[in-house]
Amino acid sequence: MLLDYLIAGLLLTGGGFALIGSYGLARLSDFYKRLHGPTKATTLGVGCILIASSLLSLRGSALSLHELLITLFLLISAPVSAHLLVKAALHLDPRAKPPLPPEQ
Amino acid sequence: MLALAMVLNLWRVLRGPALPDRILALDTLYINALALLVLLGIRFGTTLYFEVALVIALLGFVGTIALARYVLRQDIIE
Repeated sequence: MLLDYLIAGLLLTGGGFALIGSYGLARLSDFYKRLHGPTKATTLGVGCILIASSLLSLRGSALSLHELLITLFLLISAPVSAHLLVKAALHLDPRAKPPLPPEQ
Repeated sequence: MLALAMVLNLWRVLRGPALPDRILALDTLYINALALLVLLGIRFGTTLYFEVALVIALLGFVGTIALARYVLRQDIIE
């Protein structure tokens, strides 16, 4: 009974975080600001949903490894893809780099 | 909520002013699709959806890396 409420709360939290991240992606003005929303909030939202799913399968008969695998892979791959996206954006827009310090 | 999030992602993919915006929106889109598949797996109680979500996670990550690499080097396979 308590576990049911916990799972429902985690699912709602995950959906809310995913929605907030996507809203930030759609609304913020700059690309570097826009990167904040999805990379943090969406990963957290999917993490909440996966935790709820693994709790649900823990309550059943067999503990499946799929949720653990998805969580592990997502937590590894999200920072790498965000890093590469920022590198690509800096490559396309060199004005975003800070200027060099003045020569003495 | 997840469907609404995916609609917002799709709007950014179609509108996005530059190429990295579109890549970022596609990245978020596959992550949201993965969450939706996990929800479907919970709802219908089969493990098939989790395998599909795992494959989508792998392919989406590789796709994002390939697109970012294309923007960086103009060449995917060196």
